[in-house]
Amino acid sequence: MIRVENLTKRYDRNVAVNDISFEVGKGQIVGFLGPNGAGKTTTMRILTCFMPPTAGKASVAAFDVLEQPLEVKRRIGYLPETPPLYPEMEVHEYLTFVARLKGVPNAELRRRVAEVSERCAIADVSKKLISKLSKGYRQRVGLAQAILHNPDVLILDEPTAGLDPKQIHETRQLIRSLAGEHTIILSTHILPEVEQTCDHVIIISKGRIVAQDTVDNLTSRLRGQEAVLVTVGGAGADEIRGALQSVQGVSRVTLRDSRNGLHSFEVESSPGQNVRAPLARRVVENGWPLHELRSIAMSLEEVFLELTASEKGGEAEAKGERQ
Amino acid sequence: MRNIWTICRKELKSYFASPIAYLLLAMYATIFGFFFWNAVGYFVNISMQSTMMGRSFPMDVNEMIIRPLLMNTSVIGLFLIPLISMRLFAEEKRTGTIELLMTSPVRDMEVIMGKWLAALILYSCLLGISLLDMGFLFAYGKPDWRPMLVGYLGLLLQAGGLLAIGALISTTTRNQIIAGAVTFGVCLLLWVFEWVAGYETATWATVMGYMSVVRHYEPFSKGVMDSKDAVYFLSLIFLGIFLTSRSLESLRWRA
Repeated sequence: MIRVENLTKRYDRNVAVNDISFEVGKGQIVGFLGPNGAGKTTTMRILTCFMPPTAGKASVAAFDVLEQPLEVKRRIGYLPETPPLYPEMEVHEYLTFVARLKGVPNAELRRRVAEVSERCAIADVSKKLISKLSKGYRQRVGLAQAILHNPDVLILDEPTAGLDPKQIHETRQLIRSLAGEHTIILSTHILPEVEQTCDHVIIISKGRIVAQDTVDNLTSRLRGQEAVLVTVGGAGADEIRGALQSVQGVSRVTLRDSRNGLHSFEVESSPGQNVRAPLARRVVENGWPLHELRSIAMSLEEVFLELTASEKGGEAEAKGERQ
Repeated sequence: MRNIWTICRKELKSYFASPIAYLLLAMYATIFGFFFWNAVGYFVNISMQSTMMGRSFPMDVNEMIIRPLLMNTSVIGLFLIPLISMRLFAEEKRTGTIELLMTSPVRDMEVIMGKWLAALILYSCLLGISLLDMGFLFAYGKPDWRPMLVGYLGLLLQAGGLLAIGALISTTTRNQIIAGAVTFGVCLLLWVFEWVAGYETATWATVMGYMSVVRHYEPFSKGVMDSKDAVYFLSLIFLGIFLTSRSLESLRWRA
């Protein structure tokens, strides 16, 4: 549905997006994950024909963003980072305006606006001025605006930014409910959001894609070597390490912490091997007291940090951010 | 066509939902009202004097009231037009709604035409107020309506040209005040350029004179529609709108 090839976007001096390629199939929900200034917004703006790429190709439903922008725009619903609302309009007025703008036929205007208002739970404020709405309602009006013309593709730039936890939950539910009929790309820097709403994830950092895979694969791939935390007392650190090392399936043992005669080790093992029981047995055989034994799951958060931090210093990105 | 009308309607709604339209209407009613009252007062005074002196030929209402009033209106326009055009694009850029317009399946040109048309309609509403005052002349006198019609047509052409320039300037900034101030400066220059042509005869001065809005409006105020004046205003409109579309395009590339 969406195909991006070797896309590059350069501003005066800095490169916001650097040679990225990816594909999104029909009906998928893809999370665009990255720190602020990684190039998420820029990529989305290119896909929505708001700005042209410096180099490379992007197409939506086989229409190129440069060659046939009108066809692309007809098939895309876009929620920018700040919802594009006219504060002096009433909600239904605004939605009717956008529906006309998006080419919804006159005969269907009223029905579409009512449907979408219902779906985004904003029907109760339809007669209110947008300037009087709370942040949560504004975000939902923004989302309503994006789905008005029933587009094939939805592009949502940080749809839950600035909402309270309840609203975040509702917005995610709404996005999930839109899956299937729509292909969705959403950007975020909140990791649980991706884990909860998306099938696929593309991690982008400093304008480059550092990983793309399904959420499950990505977490399990990096969780690949199962890690276990073992805390044992009653012997010297080296002695214990040697004993743990000799357990079958263990690939690496590192000392994490030593205090009050207790030593904590992080034990990594090859994938698929459950080493917890053998480890416990080995400790007990040696007559050492076992204080703690638990597996350390690598959350997407750690995956993300690992991937984006590997290119030293996570803070210097701000420069590449849109102007 | 539908898209232009959609944008135009939304713009008009925004004008009339904010105080700006009412403020302009009130200001215009006051200023034009004053000029009208002044012109009529002067006319009454002169005609009284002329009757007392024994001259009994009728005074020309068109020549003595309508024509100076139209010239005044043309100049008032120079001051009010920046207030109408300044928000056209600057406001959309500031609030980010420009992103909605530019990612919707409409052409840039349709957006520009819609906005320009809405601004022109608002200006026509202002002119409508002046027509109310002019109505009194028809109630109590017998002025010729044809030269007046040409005069009003000229005012619309002038406004069309200056609004197109204003729209162009509005695309270059996200600050309405800046857009308004620069447009005002340009309008003022286009007015005073004529002064140079008054005393200097070099080519550059002649060219500056040709660029003057007021010089091209003057024949309209007399009820004369010269093709070169009409062409001047039409070129201003086309140039303004064309450059606005170029400016929007470059906004995409620079964004």
